[in-house]
Amino acid sequence: MPYPEMMVRPMREELTRLGVNELRTVAEVDAVMANPSGAALVFVNSVCGCAAGGARPALALALRHRVRPEALYTVFAGQDLDATARMRSYFSDYEPSSPSIVLLRDGEVAHFVHRHMIEGRSPEAIAAGLTAAFDRLAGEAAAA
Amino acid sequence: MGALRHVISRAMTGMVFHPGHHELHGITVVVETRDGVTYVGRYDRPDERGVHLLNLAVHDPGSTSTALSDFLVRSNTFGVRAERKHLVVPHETIVRVRTLSEAVG
Repeated sequence: MPYPEMMVRPMREELTRLGVNELRTVAEVDAVMANPSGAALVFVNSVCGCAAGGARPALALALRHRVRPEALYTVFAGQDLDATARMRSYFSDYEPSSPSIVLLRDGEVAHFVHRHMIEGRSPEAIAAGLTAAFDRLAGEAAAA
Repeated sequence: MGALRHVISRAMTGMVFHPGHHELHGITVVVETRDGVTYVGRYDRPDERGVHLLNLAVHDPGSTSTALSDFLVRSNTFGVRAERKHLVVPHETIVRVRTLSEAVG
């Protein structure tokens, strides 16, 4: 059951103020995912402070990196149920978890950070893994 | 209203919704048992009945040919397949509890 909007709004805004495009409907998800191009990051947001409390600051740190995906999206698990389900359908080989962070290249999963890879880690450690993935993705794109 | 939102925002960002929890609360763990069955799921809490796991996958060597190591690697790479929403693993059956990250090295 979704939490009251007043409680989760700060968690949404923690991402949207970074320039992450929040997708709250199936149509919004399909509009950006149906014909993907280039590198994109999808952050599956969560109210769980155990993990999401570290993941959101980690993303903020990672996005300061000189290399980053051009497209940044988020859906909110447990809150925007249909949009989240639709987004997950685009990487359905992977089990749902939240929070999670997915890097896509031309719509294909290039890097997947599951919840269990976030739990118990500092934002700095999570961000370091993300920026390494950003660099790898950019290097592969340049080599292609 | 704006002031209230500000206070809530300051209070909620990054907070843990469930204070006073066990140190493994919310962590994805691998629970090995005496009968050879291994569970991978989110640690919720211990109580007198055992360890409560949520959204867990089960590796039962009696019903699968997949090696435990492959099962764990797959869970790490593609995520934990939540075959069961909740399970209590009795304390006396538990051999070892590790995080999934520890288990896959």
